[in-house]
Amino acid sequence: MLDSKIPSGPLKEKWANHKLHLKLVNPANKRKYQVIVVGTGLAGSSAAATLAELGYRVKVFCIQDSPRRAHSIAAQGGINAAKNYANDGDSIDRLFYDTIKGGDFRAREANVYRLAEVSHAIIDHCVAQGVPFAREYSGYLDNRSFGGAQVSRTFYARGQTGQQLLLGAYSALMKEVSRGNVEIHPRTEMLDLVTIDGVAKGIITRDLISGKVESHAADAVILATGGYSSVFYLSTNAKACNATAIWRAHKRGAFLANPCFTQIHPTCIPVHGDYQSKLTLMSEGLRNDGRVWVPKNANDKRDPSKVQIAERDYFLERKYPTFGNLVPRDIASRNAKEMCDSGHGVGETGMAVYLDFADAIKRLGKEKISERYGNLFEMYEKISGDNPYEKPMMIYPAPHYTMGGLWVDYNLMSTIPGLFVLGEANFSDHGANRLGASALMQGLADGYFIIPYTIGDYLAQTTPAGMDLTSFPAFREAEGQVVQKVSRLLAAKGKRTADDFHKQLGKLLWDKCGMARNEAGLRQALNQIPAIRQEFWENVNVPGSGEDLNQSLEKAGRVADYLEFAELFVMDALHRNESCGGHFREEFQTPEGEAKRDDSKFCYVAAWQHQESGAEPVLHKEPLKFESVNLTQRSYK
Amino acid sequence: MDKKLNLKLMLWRQNGAKDKGKFETYKVKDIDVSMSFLEMLDVLNETLTREGQEPVAFDHDCREGICGACGAVVNGKAHGKLKGTTLCQLHMRHFENNETIVIEPWRAKGFPVIKDLVVDRSSFDRIIAAGGYISAKTGSAPDANAIPVAKESVEQSMDAAACIGCGACVAACPNAAAMLFVGAKISHLVLLPQGKVESKTRTGNMVHQMDKEGFGNCSNEYECEAACPKSISVSNIALMNREFMFSKNPPKP
Ligand SMILES: Cc1cc2nc3c(=O)[nH]c(=O)nc-3n(C[C@H](O)[C@H](O)[C@H](O)COP(=O)(O)OP(=O)(O)OC[C@H]3O[C@@H](n4cnc5c(N)ncnc54)[C@H](O)[C@@H]3O)c2cc1C
Ligand code: FES
Repeated sequence: MLDSKIPSGPLKEKWANHKLHLKLVNPANKRKYQVIVVGTGLAGSSAAATLAELGYRVKVFCIQDSPRRAHSIAAQGGINAAKNYANDGDSIDRLFYDTIKGGDFRAREANVYRLAEVSHAIIDHCVAQGVPFAREYSGYLDNRSFGGAQVSRTFYARGQTGQQLLLGAYSALMKEVSRGNVEIHPRTEMLDLVTIDGVAKGIITRDLISGKVESHAADAVILATGGYSSVFYLSTNAKACNATAIWRAHKRGAFLANPCFTQIHPTCIPVHGDYQSKLTLMSEGLRNDGRVWVPKNANDKRDPSKVQIAERDYFLERKYPTFGNLVPRDIASRNAKEMCDSGHGVGETGMAVYLDFADAIKRLGKEKISERYGNLFEMYEKISGDNPYEKPMMIYPAPHYTMGGLWVDYNLMSTIPGLFVLGEANFSDHGANRLGASALMQGLADGYFIIPYTIGDYLAQTTPAGMDLTSFPAFREAEGQVVQKVSRLLAAKGKRTADDFHKQLGKLLWDKCGMARNEAGLRQALNQIPAIRQEFWENVNVPGSGEDLNQSLEKAGRVADYLEFAELFVMDALHRNESCGGHFREEFQTPEGEAKRDDSKFCYVAAWQHQESGAEPVLHKEPLKFESVNLTQRSYK
Repeated sequence: MDKKLNLKLMLWRQNGAKDKGKFETYKVKDIDVSMSFLEMLDVLNETLTREGQEPVAFDHDCREGICGACGAVVNGKAHGKLKGTTLCQLHMRHFENNETIVIEPWRAKGFPVIKDLVVDRSSFDRIIAAGGYISAKTGSAPDANAIPVAKESVEQSMDAAACIGCGACVAACPNAAAMLFVGAKISHLVLLPQGKVESKTRTGNMVHQMDKEGFGNCSNEYECEAACPKSISVSNIALMNREFMFSKNPPKP
């Protein structure tokens, strides 16, 4: 049933061969096709700009007031590419292998290989667009290292790489706007997907200023709506991040893959109060120069400066001498949690470990460190009130990225024909754990270099609508449902705010389906979610009206979808009786406490199909076949 | 650490562009000094909601000072008094117990108010669309290291490219000029060899669009630089003016 459409032939030739066999749309005919792109992050903006350059008519939607503010803007550390400019042994094959291994062998070989292959072109293109990547004195590009790699392949623009890459993609998008090829709809939220005879033909949106619910038809729909980490309420993601678009598409027939694969990032500023609205990431790049430690003795509450070197446990360096502080994120996070759970945590709450730059400052000087991480240090000081040049940073893991997402085939098309999914919203390339600096790479690979080819193949086999489909019954019905949902939210007039419910759900998921999971806890969560959902619909309080800017209403709609989505998320975690990458089931670990996979039973992508009847979703398995790599227990020792 | 504040807020409430708008006074209690300014507004909004009133609308997203969504004039200063800081990164430890805080939206012809503290900044997008890009088509680029770029130039370009497009410069300027925003984009691009090709048309087009959107003229007040959360320098305005003189559609005599 699930056809991943992986091309035949040797791994290294698959993409080249595939491109040769994809059908093309003749340049003069491209204007006849309307494409909808939802999302203006790296994936959406790059896709929209490139498709418009090719000649398609493109409509773009985003929640923020400008496409430039999509959550990608917040990415800090960098973007990977197998350029081997550092001459340190990098290659496409090595980037491919690192990514497959980093993902704990739960990603598709063919997709990952293609990603590594196009990584070169991304950097070339971004430089041409004017992205001011860091350079050496020679004038050539500089690199740094990220977790899970022993080479320097990460390109960066200070601590603002995502900002600069997104501004590049956004400027390309605005160039196409000025040429009349793209129509942008900011402050517009997609609230449903419309299919006609099972084929994606458009979306239903709500104008966030006027409240107007509208239909938009197209010959193909692209979702690039980002990840769902904020299902945990507290996460490093921006406040508007949500699962609504992918969840609505799921309910219309798109399978959701591996929803339980979530990434908890090791280096975030710890939680300090229940009023807290989000967590702030301190880029992984910091682990190049920062050393992670806790006091050797439990409950040692002394000031860090009083703890002598011999009394410190540099636990990552001790346990993983080869990769040291640069082990992948899932491992770094779990180790920090273990240290805190065993009483070694620091700070007021004991839920933090140190990230110390003293040695790096001694070695390189304050100036160099400030050049590398100045803005991050400043951000840290603003939030915590402490100066990291003088006192080690305190960090703790936080939800950060979601590897799971809508299932897509090699062409990035979902199980609904005509619906394509790019960037963090799809499940495709990172398996059970994403390596640092690979999300930006994937978003731009999808948008600039993959979808422009694969969508052509689909459109070439589709007759352009050539007429306005929005008067069709499918659009009318979907619009009606959206309007009804909005009225239901406004009519509940209960006692609790949407945020209040979101916090309750988030806490439950963090406790039961966060960094470590077990069967009993997951079952408890599965019991409690429907109860929270029911109370939500009876007792939520959404003030204001549906006819103007109403941020409470927006939030409530997203929380309502999270309350449905969460159940599938937990169900997936419960069914996967193994540990892999970010999915750590306490029942399944090696004697050293590392994730223990079960390749005989779980070497597959879990793709869930929604059931209209309200029955439990149906699990479809896409077996993962590894032809080029041997499945091993990941070792970073 | 556990210090708490009680505050009086004088907040601008305005329901849509046509409403005249007015200040309303609210009290918030037990505000933890570790909260951000926006978290303090969250507390107010949760309370207003529970009391059956409409919460205050304000733009925000990343809450870490990079998306440029947030912003309000706080006690007369865009983003508040702390230098180089967005409103979401301004923490309550910088306020005193029992202080009265006056909170208003950006006020400028180019930024019509939508609701409460939310303004329409789409004029910035239109200025970028007028020329704030390098027209490199996907697929056409040479190897990234084919053109070395002096480290100094890249650093300067990056200083300007750090602009988050929040609009504080406009809000702070007595003439509601957008020159720091436009100058920053022009510098970012023109300081790189890739950006030189189109520089002659870019500057003129962007400046003309800026005028069309109703932004004022620069009279060297330097308020923009002082308010900029990314401390972008007014030297970018000088560079823009220079570029404009030599652009394809220079100022009308
Ligand atoms: C703090 C932080 C730092 C990071 N640093 C790095 C890094 O250094 N390197 C790296 O590789 N990765 C990093 N990541 C991850 C990376 O930034 C993201 O995975 C990536 O940017 C996602 O891009 P995207 O285009 O898929 O989605 P986003 O950038 O999340 O964009 C989503 C878009 O969809 C729109 N949208 C969503 N729902 C709807 C809807 N219903 N209707 C209309 N529009 C909608 C939004 O408005 C937005 O425009 C970081 C992430 C965080 C949180
Ligand atoms: S919310 Fe993004 S800059 Fe303040």
